Amino acid sequence: MLDPIPWLIVLPPAWASLAFLLGPGRGGRLAIIGLTLQLALAFMLAGQLLTDGARVYAVGGWGAPLGIDLAADGLSALMLLLTQTVALALAIYARAYFAGGHGGPAAWFWPLTGFLLAAMNALFLSADLFNLYVTLELLGLAAVGLVAAGGGGTQVAAALRYLLVSLVASGAYLLGVALIYATYGTVSIATLTPLIDAQAPLAVWLAAGLMALAMMVKTALFPFHFWLPPAHGSAPAPVSALLSALVIKASFYLLLRLWLGGFEALGAVIAWLPGVLGAAAIIWGSIQAIRASRLKTLVAYSTVAQIGYLFLIFPLLAGGGLAYQAGAMQIVSHGLAKAAMFAAVGVLMRATGRDTVDSLAGVAGRLPLTLFAFGLAGVTLMGLPPSGGFLAKWLLIDAALEQGQWGWAAVVIAGGLLAAAYVFRVLRQAFLLAPPATHFEAVPRRMEWVAFGLAAASVLLGLRGMELIALLGVGVAT
Amino acid sequence: MSAGLIYALTGVLLFVMGAAGVVLLDHLLRKILAFNLLGSGAFLVMVGLAQRGGGVDPVPHAMVLTGIVVSVAATALALALARRLLAVDADPEQD
Repeated sequence: MLDPIPWLIVLPPAWASLAFLLGPGRGGRLAIIGLTLQLALAFMLAGQLLTDGARVYAVGGWGAPLGIDLAADGLSALMLLLTQTVALALAIYARAYFAGGHGGPAAWFWPLTGFLLAAMNALFLSADLFNLYVTLELLGLAAVGLVAAGGGGTQVAAALRYLLVSLVASGAYLLGVALIYATYGTVSIATLTPLIDAQAPLAVWLAAGLMALAMMVKTALFPFHFWLPPAHGSAPAPVSALLSALVIKASFYLLLRLWLGGFEALGAVIAWLPGVLGAAAIIWGSIQAIRASRLKTLVAYSTVAQIGYLFLIFPLLAGGGLAYQAGAMQIVSHGLAKAAMFAAVGVLMRATGRDTVDSLAGVAGRLPLTLFAFGLAGVTLMGLPPSGGFLAKWLLIDAALEQGQWGWAAVVIAGGLLAAAYVFRVLRQAFLLAPPATHFEAVPRRMEWVAFGLAAASVLLGLRGMELIALLGVGVAT
Repeated sequence: MSAGLIYALTGVLLFVMGAAGVVLLDHLLRKILAFNLLGSGAFLVMVGLAQRGGGVDPVPHAMVLTGIVVSVAATALALALARRLLAVDADPEQD
């Protein structure tokens, strides 16, 4: 029977290389075919995991330690499903966005997107610390390439800053891997898990600190978020959507993987620290989003805020409740909602020809579908029922109350109110009457429908929560 | 103090110098060179600590080779972006 694990890693670089050979701006159709196959493979893998449980795949028939092992469990399958779904929708969006030379000279969007997906799929299936390092670097390089693909001065400057931040973080992670290997003589997460405990030598504590810091920088947790708004705010809309919805989740996934894979014994001492930083991110990111004058900066700062929720789970993981499931649900619902929001913003900017919130007047009458998509994505970010965001935040509050840690629950509720403030700021402006002379560009309907589809998925996700939690349970040691 | 430990401590020193360089230096080319210093530091720690118990452990050597390939690619991308930045915009406020 066909094994989806190697194909999920082989397919994206295959179509990316073909797209590169076809030449600048070509390969969109190829990408959509490839992504459709990948989505089918991800569903197939999830189905296999649900019936047979978590499993390991030895690349080329050579098992670890001589070869490289890949591993798939519920969390990796969930990440793979989210990645292929969002990427396929955005590929359809991007074909319309870049059609006819519109949207700037993004000549190598398709090959770079393929390499980005290859790196992400490999990351979600990696079973050892060093392989994770390599995939992390590949992901960073492809993401930087996408930010710079527009070619303008601000874009290249943002890309360069992103690259340097990403490289220093990867370097810190690699130093951590070196220290772990020197102590235990292995980099396999499965082998390391039982070895690490609170009596670990100083080198391991140092390694854990370096690796955690590196992942916080790459995930743009407050106060390391400084690189995110310029990078996500200056790229073309499909690129911003890919970066905000998926790329930062990859480094968070790695952190969660390490935390669950043995480092929890070390992390328990400072679990409050990521929680406090996450709470600060929610407040600070939301306030900056409320104050932003540019539409894309607003959405980028909203990402900074939503990342904060992910880090609130760390102080709650050890106790009762479903903090782990809340984190995974937040990853998926924010991934769908933020892709939808950036896609909708891309449509609005194309139609008005400008990028400020103030220029949105009159949009409600001309682009109701897109504005509805923006609003639906906002519903998820605010955490209103029945959205996936509601489920994530409700599980988070539930876990916090069950453990008597009231403070985290208060932060979640305050964050929801602040999110409402910046979402309604955009909607209010859009419902104002436009000055009579305002001219609206025609926008391909396909772009509007993709934004709407992603937003609707993020809201309806809340109704399929049980299935996702069942998938997440595959391979979790209890 | 064993030779391996001296190499590893030198590596940590290089790493810290590199990290400080990337953050503190203004010139773009110096930042890129500092990143290379940082990477070399991490590689030195890896190789230095790999020679325990008399024998040489080949696994970290293979890892460092992979790491060098990655860091060459990253340096190339950084240099290409720096050249591009210089070409599109000679504006000094873009750093």
